[in-house]
Amino acid sequence: MSTAAVDLFQVSKFYDDRVVVDALSFTVSPGECFGLLGPNGAGKSTLARLILGVASPDAGKICVLGEPVPARARLARRGIGVVPQFDNLDLQLTVRENLLVFGRYFAMSAAEVEAVTPSLLEFARLENKADARVAELSGGMKRRLTLARALINDPQLLVLDEPTTGLDPHGRHLIWERLRSLLGRGKTILLTTHFMEEAERLCDRLCVLEHGRKIAEGQPRALIEQQIGCQVIEIYGGNPHELLPLVRPQVQRAEVSGETLFCYVTDPEQVRLRLVNRTELRFLQRPPNLEDVFLRLTGREIKD
Amino acid sequence: MWQRFAPALPANPWNWMAVWRRNFLVWRKVALASVLGNLAEPMSSLFGLGFGLGMIIGGVEGTSYISFLAAGMVATSAMVSATFETIYAAYARMQTNCTWEAMLCTPLTLGDIVLGEVAWAASKALLAGTAITIVAVALGYAEWSSIPYALPAIALTGVTFASLAMVVSALAPSHDYFIFYQSLILTPMMYLSGTIFPMSQLPGSFQRIAALLPLSHSVDLIRPTMLGRPVDSVGLHVGALCIYAAVPFLVSAVLLRQRLMR
Repeated sequence: MSTAAVDLFQVSKFYDDRVVVDALSFTVSPGECFGLLGPNGAGKSTLARLILGVASPDAGKICVLGEPVPARARLARRGIGVVPQFDNLDLQLTVRENLLVFGRYFAMSAAEVEAVTPSLLEFARLENKADARVAELSGGMKRRLTLARALINDPQLLVLDEPTTGLDPHGRHLIWERLRSLLGRGKTILLTTHFMEEAERLCDRLCVLEHGRKIAEGQPRALIEQQIGCQVIEIYGGNPHELLPLVRPQVQRAEVSGETLFCYVTDPEQVRLRLVNRTELRFLQRPPNLEDVFLRLTGREIKD
Repeated sequence: MWQRFAPALPANPWNWMAVWRRNFLVWRKVALASVLGNLAEPMSSLFGLGFGLGMIIGGVEGTSYISFLAAGMVATSAMVSATFETIYAAYARMQTNCTWEAMLCTPLTLGDIVLGEVAWAASKALLAGTAITIVAVALGYAEWSSIPYALPAIALTGVTFASLAMVVSALAPSHDYFIFYQSLILTPMMYLSGTIFPMSQLPGSFQRIAALLPLSHSVDLIRPTMLGRPVDSVGLHVGALCIYAAVPFLVSAVLLRQRLMR
């Protein structure tokens, strides 16, 4: 019996002849926030479906909350809360009714749902919207309601599939803050995102995916330190291929992605001095992040 | 083998009620409009054909034409209600609104969801069929005492056509395909099954095929009941409807598993 919240061993999934998940293994420990980071099409949502037992792997073993999945996925799902990539709330129903309906799927009585509703509404900052129809809520409110709904069964594990995609920065920060408080309460979170800032802020550990394969795994800071370990200057506004030979002697490494030249340097000033006369260029100097890790490992940006 | 199909079957005998109650809660908000909308068509057929054709035809099978037609309209409205709820509303919950996807992330199985939807569609069929029965009774076209006997037959008709429609929903790439089911299957079935005119008017070979159709079995249960006559071969009709309900239910659950749980 595994003590891990989620345990994947050599899991593969094919759609027709296409490999979507390729011999993937990872373990999520209880209480940790584990991220699956990768661009659209990397297999993140498929992995979430495999972990929930909604799809079956073609090879490998999955164990979630001590239950083999998909064989006993129904039992595992009793202890899981899910925030799907796209909201699937009942728009015609009120906020309160959405919680009631969802609680019944977990065999909760109306009284049991009513008992937890005030705390869930407070958590989602929707106390004043309890009797509003969901169709009237803003995108951020719907997202927070989806998160509150995922907590109705007091789950040990939360599976969040791109929880902040489509939200404005304010809405996003509010969700992040809510997720932090859930981690503080000891919940385990499995988070898929193509949003490196999200992964960097929230995740204790993460797995970087490309085409269903793991290309790196570890703590965000450690990954950045290992793979990059120096400052970054982004240069744009010119032809990056023409700029590359000019700065080459000053940089440890450089990558071109789109119209941007990414320079990895210990002394950024040297690069600036080199291009001081090129007034058409824009410089963005910043600490390295997961985006750089992904660019380094795959040769392309994660943004899409 | 069993493990592969377990998610397509109901997990227990009561999980489906959560799905039924969800649909009921949503329906309650639009109940009046929904009932009026569902009853307008069978009622206008009943009175339009019943009075109009009734005057020309006179009596049919020893009763007035409108009394004969009333039972046909009860069975037809149960068929249409259950079908439309499944191919349009349940399909939208599955395909467009992702309501089923949310349910699949809970301890409900796909089988629980399908059973809840079939039960819900059958409930709407029961409501529509019962309303027409009551109108027919109130106007003297059927016996008061027939109502308690007609209800189970209407409900079974609803379950049968909801299950059949669930197979169509499971196969349809988009809702544009439902028109084929309506125009190629349901409408001919209505004419063949003795709802509007007696099956004995059909050519012999057609009669033999028509007698096998699920709607014929419904009509054969509902009409004698409403007219206060003894029902022949109850076991045969009930058994046939049960098979028409159970087999498509299982087929649809397996097809939906392939469609939604890939």
